[in-house]
Amino acid sequence: MIILLVLTVISIIASLYASFIYAPTELVMGDIQRIFYFHMGTVWVATVAFTTVFIASIMFLKSGKRKWDILALSSAEIGVLFITLTIITGSIWAKPIWGTWWTWDPQLTTTFILWILYIVYLILRSVAGDNVKQARFAAVFSIIAFIDLPLVYISARLKRGISPVVFGPGGGGIESKMLITMLITFLACTLLFIILLKQRILYEKIKDNLRLLKSRAI
Amino acid sequence: MKTIISIVRKDFISEFRSRDMFISMFTFSLIIIFVFNLVLDLTSNIKNIVSPAVLWITFLFSGSIGLSRSYSLEKESEAIKGLLLAPVDRSLIYMGKFFSNLIFLLIIEIITIPIFIILFNYDFSIKIIEIMLVIFLGTIGFSSVGTLFSAISLNTRLREVLLPILYFPIIIPVLLNAVRITRSLLSGESLSSNSSSLQVLIAFDIIFLSAGILLYEYVIEES
Repeated sequence: MIILLVLTVISIIASLYASFIYAPTELVMGDIQRIFYFHMGTVWVATVAFTTVFIASIMFLKSGKRKWDILALSSAEIGVLFITLTIITGSIWAKPIWGTWWTWDPQLTTTFILWILYIVYLILRSVAGDNVKQARFAAVFSIIAFIDLPLVYISARLKRGISPVVFGPGGGGIESKMLITMLITFLACTLLFIILLKQRILYEKIKDNLRLLKSRAI
Repeated sequence: MKTIISIVRKDFISEFRSRDMFISMFTFSLIIIFVFNLVLDLTSNIKNIVSPAVLWITFLFSGSIGLSRSYSLEKESEAIKGLLLAPVDRSLIYMGKFFSNLIFLLIIEIITIPIFIILFNYDFSIKIIEIMLVIFLGTIGFSSVGTLFSAISLNTRLREVLLPILYFPIIIPVLLNAVRITRSLLSGESLSSNSSSLQVLIAFDIIFLSAGILLYEYVIEES
């Protein structure tokens, strides 16, 4: 745990250094582009987190074991946190570049729906409390939500989008120093995610223990 | 198959006796469409853009009332216990509820259409068959997700309040594509010019119908 913590702190400092000093200034967008490293980092973590929720929910429905439920819940909370950061950093970036905080471009539409869906998931999960049967509802919902997202994206895509496609066909490629910066930021965000996830799981387990002890005391 | 039909028949007999769900759903969709028509005060050049959205939002709202009502009827008199005791697969119960919801929603929607045409000043010569097809595909989407989520929401302590929160964000792809196709049909274009939207709509129906069949057993077990 200590090693993980130290690694996380180092990589966060490295990623801050890389994105503010090491990486060259983007020619067209200028310094505002530097927020992109963190923006991409958060969106990456959100993707990992929600995929984890999806898999953990399937495992929970299949096995009924509490540990999968805890994993799904913890991961969803962190995912919502990071997707909120994605939306905020994206808006800060979009205002000077696109001249607007928000637009219904496919990526943005999908991100927004994603954000709403997992907030709903957390509502559903908190309504359930420690009721195992109702925890299952949240799992069912998260599976439905996850398979809904590609459809949201395709539907929104049928209108033309303006979000930059960085990688893949049509993407402009990326300068190597920028790529390194991005990878460092990805690493930092991933390590941060793992630490937060471990803490959150621990917290939930302690809560379970406390509940057990209380019920015994009565 | 027999199981599905008998569930649908049961729902229709109980509805036919009271008629309260049908009347309240229909009145509700009337009210929504009137209110929109009144406040929007549409001029003809933006009418084709706005009116399909009004139509589908009306379907969505009145549908969500019907969906939650159809499951709360089962809960009220603990009829769901009887259904669960029946020695049939849970997925058949889902299919039964899905079809009875589908038919209910379709009936309401078909009655709403003429009112829509009159209020928004369309001719009855619009591409009604194509629009019906879109409504049919969209309603399958509504009913497949709605049947699952009405069971979820009514089994939690938030009950009816929860259904729209669960249901509306998931149904966005249906809404987006159905509105888009309806809009282009109302502006006189053919159905084939919307084939990609149509494909997404069909994909949604297939995916969520299968998801519902697979997942229903986890949401209706006895508490």
